Amino acid sequence: MERIIVDGLSFSLPLFIMAIGGIYSEKSGIVNLSLEGFQGFGAFTGAFAAVFASRSFGADATTAYVLAILFAVIGACVYSLLYALVCIQFKANQTISGVVLNILATALTAYLTKFLNKRLFEAASDKFVLEVSSRITVPGLSEIPVLGYVFTDIYPFEILIVIVAVIAWYVLYKTPYGMNLRACGDNPHAVDAAGLPVGRIRLIAVLVSGALSGIAGISFAYSISANFSSSIYMGYGYLAIAAMIFGNWTILPTLGSCLLFGFARSGGYYLVQQLGMPSSYSDLVMILPYALTLVLLVFFSKYNRSPRALGEIYDKGKR
Amino acid sequence: MQSKHTWTKTILKVMGDEKRQAVTIPLAAILLSLIFGAVVIGVLGGVNPLEAYINLLKGCGLLPKESYAGYKSILTDFASFLNAWTPMLLAALAVAVAMKAGLFNIGVSGQMLVGGFIASITVGYSSLPAPVAMPLVVAVGFLMGALTGGFIGWLKYRFNINEVVSSIMINYIAQYVIAFFINTFFVNPVTRQSQAVGKNARLTFMDTLVGNLKIDIPLGIILAIACVFILRFLLDRTCFGFEVKAVGASRSAARYAGIDVGKNMVMSMAISGALAGLAGVTYYLGYYGSIQPRVLPSTGFDSIAVALLANNNPVGIIFSSFLITVLSKGSTYMSSASGVESEIAAVITGIILLFSACGVYMRYLIKKMKDRISEEGRNA
Repeated sequence: MERIIVDGLSFSLPLFIMAIGGIYSEKSGIVNLSLEGFQGFGAFTGAFAAVFASRSFGADATTAYVLAILFAVIGACVYSLLYALVCIQFKANQTISGVVLNILATALTAYLTKFLNKRLFEAASDKFVLEVSSRITVPGLSEIPVLGYVFTDIYPFEILIVIVAVIAWYVLYKTPYGMNLRACGDNPHAVDAAGLPVGRIRLIAVLVSGALSGIAGISFAYSISANFSSSIYMGYGYLAIAAMIFGNWTILPTLGSCLLFGFARSGGYYLVQQLGMPSSYSDLVMILPYALTLVLLVFFSKYNRSPRALGEIYDKGKR
Repeated sequence: MQSKHTWTKTILKVMGDEKRQAVTIPLAAILLSLIFGAVVIGVLGGVNPLEAYINLLKGCGLLPKESYAGYKSILTDFASFLNAWTPMLLAALAVAVAMKAGLFNIGVSGQMLVGGFIASITVGYSSLPAPVAMPLVVAVGFLMGALTGGFIGWLKYRFNINEVVSSIMINYIAQYVIAFFINTFFVNPVTRQSQAVGKNARLTFMDTLVGNLKIDIPLGIILAIACVFILRFLLDRTCFGFEVKAVGASRSAARYAGIDVGKNMVMSMAISGALAGLAGVTYYLGYYGSIQPRVLPSTGFDSIAVALLANNNPVGIIFSSFLITVLSKGSTYMSSASGVESEIAAVITGIILLFSACGVYMRYLIKKMKDRISEEGRNA
């Protein structure tokens, strides 16, 4: 029980923060399939910053960790700028260019990882090795039965994610900017008529989705894989999109669907371990979140209401 | 000022009218990407980019290498290139059919895997004679792909599930379920891949002695080229093709015209999946002879680039898939001969994709340039 909750949370929270990024972008009217690429690129820049800092300046693990998160956010943000350029400025098809950016991110990070390893660290390797992040147990709170597991063995990034998520919730639902953003996704012409810059609001929304995905990417790199390699592209970005759709493009229900995915995954692993099944059965467990998504979408997609102007290229002259 | 005008006029003349832009814009995208790649190779890698590109061609048997091992020549390299080209061509056709109906089939990889896996375990491990086994492999791949693709179309039609999300989910489910079956029942303990399929079911005659050469003769390429023209006929000359394109152009207009939108979506996804299944059998039972568990074929994703580059035109896909295969197939030789990381080829493919995705914007820019010039001409 303890492991299910602890591992489930450490998987669902990065997924959740990425899904919030998706909500920001899609609520502003920009389809965002490139979360996958953003998180991978963020993980790449973050992991590189950490490895570079500890190799060149002898930075300790904590400094490297902070630097990694910082640079993951910056890197993913810069990469999302490219997406914004292509689909806002150049008016490209958003679904296609999102997938294109994922393909490009995979290729680019694989090339750069190999290249940087060879040139800077003189190692023929296709990954940046990181440590698994240390865990914190909150004294007192963790003593509470069952609920205490939430405060047991948490990664530092989980705290960061919760704080950022609360801020993101506040900005989206309680500030004028958040309202304008949501209006852009439903009726950009009304926003334009009110004298607000549709393009700029959407640009910021895409950058936010990049920054949040960067946090998610580096969190995955520090918890699941303990390195950066092309294995970071596990499709979690797409899973976040599914969680977002399932959560009907609102933040709190999306948290629910992310938790569902996380617990389904950790519960499945637990089951394989408990029943003493051979390791190849873990492959079957891996499908749980994906299969669950499909089944849930079958039941819930008719209640789904996507933002009305989602995916439409904003054209001032159009009526 | 005068020189700037000549520049714009030259660009306009080269890019041509709207019909010619279907060819010139992709060419411009390719050219820009190759220049970008050359800069990366030259500046970051410190290697002469022209030499690297020539090595790409040499690796595909399009230019002769300096020396060859025994039983090898430019012809064997080219045959091996054809072998790699076949699945790419078919996969790109799969993407294009779906795109014509306004659907984005990103699940080509998964459909390839399903087709290839089912064909391997049903026919690949059997001892049927080759003349029976080979057509059967093709049929099984076609059918399994069609079922998987059609299922995605049906989910969209019946439950309004976004085809991008559902096909990605099915990609992962197929990947892990098939990995489970391979690791449990069909694994070859030495290679960590599935057991190699029998020679009787293999769609490529491997290492066939022709003269003093050992050549891999891919039969699938004939199938792939045939599919190009069948598809072209289907799309341009039949009622079905017209309906599919109408649905793709505007779903609501098609509905007003009395076209059954749902049926067409399911059908075009089924055809798309069937082509992906064919790509799968030529990939897993032709180019390779086994399946690596837990890996989706990258061909399925590269094929999106290929279809995009060709503007979903079946005949155009012949050329664009040729180019992208040169990039991916030749990169190994380029890497060993020039010392450039082979991943650069994938980066160039990605950049080509990025530029092609901006094709609409390029069209818009050219139109704007034209308008300005004609306006200034009128004012003068």
